[in-house]
Amino acid sequence: MYHGHNIREGRWFTVVVILNHITEVQLLDRYTAKKPAIGTLYLTATHLIFVETSCNTRKETWIIHHHIATVEKLPLTGTGYPLNISCKNFHVVHFVIPSERYCQDVYHSLLRLSQPAKLEDLFAFLYNPKQDEDDRRNGWGFIDSAMDFKRMGLPNEFWELTDLNKNYELCSTYHSELGIPKTARKDTVLGSAKFRSRGRLPTLSYYHKESNGAICRCSQPLSGISARCLEDEEMLQAISRANPNSTFMYVVDTRPKLNAMANRAAGKGYENADNYSNIRFQFVGIENIHVMRNSLQKLLEVCAMKSPTMSDYLTGLENSGWLRHIKAVMDAGVFLAKAVADEKASVLVHCSDGWDRTAQVCSLASILLDNFYRTIKGLMVLIEKEWISMGHKFTQRCGHVDGDPKEVSPVFTQFLECVWNLMEQYPCGFEYNEKYLLEIHNHVYSCQFGNFIGNCQREREEMLKEKTFSVWPFLWENRQQYINPLYKCSLGREVLRPSTLPLNFKFWCGMYNHFDKGMQPKQSILDHLLTIIQKRVEGEKKMTDFQRVSRYRFV
Amino acid sequence: MEFAELIKTPRVDGVVLRRPFQPTVEGTLCLTGHHLILSSRQDNTEELWLLHANIDCIEKRFVGTLGTIIVKCKDLRVIQLDIPGMEECLNIASSIEALSTLDSVSLMYPFFYRPMFEVIEDGWNSFLPEDSFKDLESMTDEWRLSDVNQDYCVCASYPPLVAVPKDVDDDTLRKAAAFRHAGRFPVLSYYHKKNGMVMMRSGQPLTGTNGRRCKEDEKLINATLRAGKRGYIIDTRTIAVAQQAKARGGGFESEANYPQWRRIHKAIERSSVLQESLIKLVEACNDQSHNMDRWLSKLEASNWQTHVKEILTTACLAAQCIDREGASVLVHGTEGTDSTLQVTSLAQIILDPTCRTIRGFQALVEREWLQAGHPFQQRCVQSAYGNGSSVKVRCEAPVFLLFLDCVWQILRQFPCSFQFSEHFLVLLFEHAYASQFGTFLGNSAAERAKLKLSQKTVSLWSWVNRPQEAQRLSNPLYEANSLVIWPSVAPQSLLLWEGVFLRWNRSSRCLDEAYEEMVHIIEYNKELQNKVNSLRRQLAELETDDPLQHTE
Repeated sequence: MYHGHNIREGRWFTVVVILNHITEVQLLDRYTAKKPAIGTLYLTATHLIFVETSCNTRKETWIIHHHIATVEKLPLTGTGYPLNISCKNFHVVHFVIPSERYCQDVYHSLLRLSQPAKLEDLFAFLYNPKQDEDDRRNGWGFIDSAMDFKRMGLPNEFWELTDLNKNYELCSTYHSELGIPKTARKDTVLGSAKFRSRGRLPTLSYYHKESNGAICRCSQPLSGISARCLEDEEMLQAISRANPNSTFMYVVDTRPKLNAMANRAAGKGYENADNYSNIRFQFVGIENIHVMRNSLQKLLEVCAMKSPTMSDYLTGLENSGWLRHIKAVMDAGVFLAKAVADEKASVLVHCSDGWDRTAQVCSLASILLDNFYRTIKGLMVLIEKEWISMGHKFTQRCGHVDGDPKEVSPVFTQFLECVWNLMEQYPCGFEYNEKYLLEIHNHVYSCQFGNFIGNCQREREEMLKEKTFSVWPFLWENRQQYINPLYKCSLGREVLRPSTLPLNFKFWCGMYNHFDKGMQPKQSILDHLLTIIQKRVEGEKKMTDFQRVSRYRFV
Repeated sequence: MEFAELIKTPRVDGVVLRRPFQPTVEGTLCLTGHHLILSSRQDNTEELWLLHANIDCIEKRFVGTLGTIIVKCKDLRVIQLDIPGMEECLNIASSIEALSTLDSVSLMYPFFYRPMFEVIEDGWNSFLPEDSFKDLESMTDEWRLSDVNQDYCVCASYPPLVAVPKDVDDDTLRKAAAFRHAGRFPVLSYYHKKNGMVMMRSGQPLTGTNGRRCKEDEKLINATLRAGKRGYIIDTRTIAVAQQAKARGGGFESEANYPQWRRIHKAIERSSVLQESLIKLVEACNDQSHNMDRWLSKLEASNWQTHVKEILTTACLAAQCIDREGASVLVHGTEGTDSTLQVTSLAQIILDPTCRTIRGFQALVEREWLQAGHPFQQRCVQSAYGNGSSVKVRCEAPVFLLFLDCVWQILRQFPCSFQFSEHFLVLLFEHAYASQFGTFLGNSAAERAKLKLSQKTVSLWSWVNRPQEAQRLSNPLYEANSLVIWPSVAPQSLLLWEGVFLRWNRSSRCLDEAYEEMVHIIEYNKELQNKVNSLRRQLAELETDDPLQHTE
């Protein structure tokens, strides 16, 4: 038995069952030929743990199985059997294992454990941090996305919440409560849903009180070459009418035009502006999940280069296309925010299914428009609302269980990267810091909590809320670490207008080379300021104590 | 010559000044002998005071009778002046052109500038070689100050006093000087207190094609080795470039004649290449029409970041030889006035915590750049917008800017280890190219002495070392760190220096605000801790005074 405590998991003290342990394992440096660390590798039901024995201080490397993206066995070298592990949080470790049989064992175990066949075998169903059942249940109520509509002022004279989808009959991948224009009749809603791919009808994503502009989202219309649907046209008109400040509305197709046109042949496609009154139709050209997956692959190859020249690196960065894609998402988000805030227009956004690019763009625009989403709790609400409840397919996109590798794509990672870029441009504009984004990213893939398991709300309702914990109370409890000390809430409801010139986008070293500490700044301004904030709190407490004591004693 | 002759039109009304991210200003444009001034004649609107020396180049455009002059500055700023009247515009343009390219150093602004502040400490005397030698003497007695170059005859680009091994006499120095490029014989650059190892610098040896040798040169550098120890010669050029240098009389130390030394070649580019690189980089940064691919490919093609990486890598190597290998090091390239100084000065930033203080950094710039004979005047005559067509031999090059960029990279990786902030580095960049102070005039100590700069001009250090300036340039995060600091030279760790290259291409409002907030947090906490401590003391005092306490 191995008694371990994973620092990253904070309060989860537990006794982990060791399945296997191998001594004299080498942990190689990823980049240089410097002397490898030697230690013992423990395989547990949930983690792979390396405990270094070659140094005096006990150094542990913990890898949760679900973080493992690929395991690779390489041919025998002089010192043993190499086993390379790449993780979804971009941790890369190279082990050399002394015996072939052990290497083989670990390899097969990891393949099996990292991507189980069934959701029920994920860590979240095992994870039990000694809270009582009431705490667990209440935890799921900590963030309620429906409450956010209330915060925006719904219901009001233009918008209301409908329960037409309460049994997920209208749209199986949507949330049960949907925001729709007050003037939309029931048959309009039902008809529009039928005309939209997978029933993902136009529904409210964000309502901007100040301008009456709304951001709505949906999937592509089943327009094909010439089909039209009166109810869908009425639906868009209802959305347009719900904004008295504008005579038109934007319809933004986030796909490249070519892709959208190709879809027409399959009976899908995009809105014909002639059939809809007063819409301004626009493509914004964000690439699909396959392009993004390949782009990330190339980016990671750049990160993995042993000793690249500056030229290798910059050329690799360019060829990966990654920053081009990040900029495309950001550009689209900025377009939406400007349309709503400056032109006071409403916007309807879709891509193909409306659960990837649409989620990215709508959530980004919300952050630009509303400072609430720039707070710790606000980002939770936003992720819950635009991603989880609107059916971003986390199970597939993250590859939680054994499945089609072509469904995996770093769509959510890109969203976080856009937020990070905004934080770089607005260092005082966000209540949270980079660590918060990284921790959320970790948990999206760790499967330790139930939030990011499942592809839509209905799947989650059915099993997760009964058996797993929610990540939000856990993050909230640790929020001191995620505070941005420079945050100035005085910035108020200012709409962010970031520059999207290419030179404003940087490679996110803190994400993609997070575990290569040598590449990070050796001293962190953030940590330094967090320590000061901590001292300030203590100092202020002491001041009041002293003042109380002196009053008590000497007055 | 009178400046008035060059000023064809001293004043034009109704001129509109346009700058990115700032409101346009309409006002009167005035030309003086050294400044271009735009005044709106209204209270609390900002005026423009631009040194002619800061102007890198101008471009003219006409639409009807409205002329436009685009002024591109050496600090990389680009501003636009709309001038009504074609004649006025042409006059202004030709006056600016003449005034910004004055040939004679003694007509430069520093000779006319009278400080508006009280000089508390004369910067010209702040960093004398005698003083820094005293520090050395306190650590070792193996070195002496030689005045072999007191009349600048042995080496025109060296100062009158240099530190050399004690056992080597002046005669040997003279002979060694004859064997080194431009007389730059090996001299002490840095003494590593921790292990007594040293770093020296020099010009290339003049071995030529037939492999000349010089016993005195060998004796001189061998004198710096401990018994049985080997040293490293870091040649900042590739072996191919060093080989080619032989044909022109230069070369490198052969293994046969310098058996106690191991030679390592690095690949820091010649100064002309660096200049091309700067031009390309600034072009890329200023062109806002680029898409992402084009921007990254232009950034890559400029090679600027490659130079940063190469220079830092070489400096790390030198520092490693000294600190980790416990070996002495000799650094040189061709002349020993450019890449050599980048390497020796950066190695000291890495090794020596003193160089990371405000004064220590000034001393480093004074010692390793000004005294060491970096030709500032030549190198900084043009910046990124200079096309150099008027000059036959291009000698401008951003050698010092690259050094500052490398310091910024280390500062970014160790944000708490420097007493100064990025502002100080930007300030040095600005003043190296155009200044009211005399510090960066001339190309060597000899030229500065001839120009009588210390009598006729004010030193930049006189200004920087005033308490309020030093305060402004200081780093609020600083916590003295006595360790050697090893920067990462992985491409991911080296960023484009936004504070210089993107400075005028983006709004700085949010970044300035963040900086102020950071200062505020730190200051507030300091005050609070002081209050806590004084309250604690007061309480303790009261308690000992309190009679009740004694009876308890």
